Amino acid sequence: MFAACTDPDALDGLAWLGCYLTTGKHMAFYASFGTVLLLLAVTAPAALLFGYGGALAARSPVAPLRWLGKTYTAVVRGVPDIIFFLFFVIALDQAFEWLRHKALCPGWDQPIRQGNDFLVCPEAKLPLSSAPQWVHESYGFALAVLTFAIVFGAFAANVIEGAMRAVPRAQLETAEAYGMTRAQVTRRVLVPQMWTYALPGLGNLWMILIKATPLLFLLGVEDIVYWARELGGSKTDIYAYPHPDWRLWYFLGLLVFYLALTRLSEIFLARLSIRVGRGLDGQGTRDLEVQG
Amino acid sequence: MSCVQTIQDYALRSMGIGERLLPRSDFTLCEQIVLIGSGLLWNIYFGVLALLIGFVLATALALAKASPRRLLRKPAEWFVFVFRGSPLFIQFFLAYQAFVLLPRSGIEIELGITTITAQTGWLTKAWAGALIVLILNTSAYSAEIFHGALRSVPRRDMEAADAYGLTGWSRFRKITWPTMLRLAWPSYTNEAIFLFHATTLVFFSSFPAWQQRGDALYYANYFADKTFNPFVPYPIVAVYFIALSLCVIGLFGAVNRRLNRHLPGQDRPRLRLRLNLIR
Repeated sequence: MFAACTDPDALDGLAWLGCYLTTGKHMAFYASFGTVLLLLAVTAPAALLFGYGGALAARSPVAPLRWLGKTYTAVVRGVPDIIFFLFFVIALDQAFEWLRHKALCPGWDQPIRQGNDFLVCPEAKLPLSSAPQWVHESYGFALAVLTFAIVFGAFAANVIEGAMRAVPRAQLETAEAYGMTRAQVTRRVLVPQMWTYALPGLGNLWMILIKATPLLFLLGVEDIVYWARELGGSKTDIYAYPHPDWRLWYFLGLLVFYLALTRLSEIFLARLSIRVGRGLDGQGTRDLEVQG
Repeated sequence: MSCVQTIQDYALRSMGIGERLLPRSDFTLCEQIVLIGSGLLWNIYFGVLALLIGFVLATALALAKASPRRLLRKPAEWFVFVFRGSPLFIQFFLAYQAFVLLPRSGIEIELGITTITAQTGWLTKAWAGALIVLILNTSAYSAEIFHGALRSVPRRDMEAADAYGLTGWSRFRKITWPTMLRLAWPSYTNEAIFLFHATTLVFFSSFPAWQQRGDALYYANYFADKTFNPFVPYPIVAVYFIALSLCVIGLFGAVNRRLNRHLPGQDRPRLRLRLNLIR
């Protein structure tokens, strides 16, 4: 990186550490913190969208849609999230490839599952084997985001549905008395009022989402856990910067990162809940206290 | 191979009893169900022990956190903050690395007259190391729940206790603690369910599955990797966990009824799971 770092063996003390912490691999490690924040930034709105859809479906007057919404929230709640992560990453990948296979290779007559293999025609592979490396990486990341959104969407659907039920019935009845249609009541009265009730639950969910991000590592994304393991492992003399097993220190760094992230969120959420609770009476604000 | 034979071979495989080699090809549905169910024993082991020990620790932590003494309160607050504010996954990694760094030959403790050697090797094994992390983790979460309940014990109950001349330990034992438990129980049920869910992380976070003795998800992952078909093993483990959650709810519901047995029927709080406030 720097001119002074060309010969690491000659360095010692702080100079060595300074050079060590600015190697190319460490830069990738620092960038992976951005990956985590990016995942949070993309997943949170996506999960909210899934949750909103799920909650509307669960309240729908159409029975099959209602069953679908209820099943979606019930199943994801009852099962450890990591099972879904491991499941969806393969399942979604195979589903996409299978759909492309059906669309792109109509003439293919061999079965897709042959023993322990999942074979689709080469044109249907995702990403294509000829695609550059960054496409492979972003495809993996996109799958992870979709998985997170599905799982956390179910939790969010649960919160939003509860919040919709918490909106006083009289408000909706008044809107109906003014002659609004069902859609209008939902859009003009139910949804704007619901957010205040949903905030504590959604805030809680945000904290859980933060704490679920290390699972990216299990989904094969090169995230902070991956790099901490990679860089921390003991390095022999064939490496430019030999050192013993330092993984403990790297993980301590990650721990501090997460503690800071959750602490900042906690402070922000507490402020937010005071702000949105302003228009409510005493009872309402007490309901809104963020409960851990 | 018949299914009865499979059960004999693999039902206790996760504990190291039965057939040594895992099935390698042509997996039958029976093999998958039996082996994943066998792994569930580990989840139950981790969950039950962490809950039992964590319960005691959590009560102590909650009391310390509510204590007027700074020396007691601050450490408890920090403990809860660290374990609730960071991902369990990172805690597992960190604990494993810390345990590995302990000297392999054991730590010698000078006791004046003699020296005893504290063995440390067992800490790197999942059954002990991961259990310790789970205990600390669940006690932090439960302590927060208990602390909240402790703060909402009705003032009048305490005043009535004062009027009866109850103080110190007997007031805590007869008034504070039962009321706290009653208030905290629905949230605590939630925590118990999520603790069982959290046990699936153990074998995915550096703790090695010695001789392929793993938990339910470890075996499900094994089958999914070998067959490249996630649609069979993962639903099986999901069904197991739903059943486990239902058992936990049933058990905690019974305790809830006992805690509220003095209240007239309609006043009894039903165990409504507030799943919108998870962990």
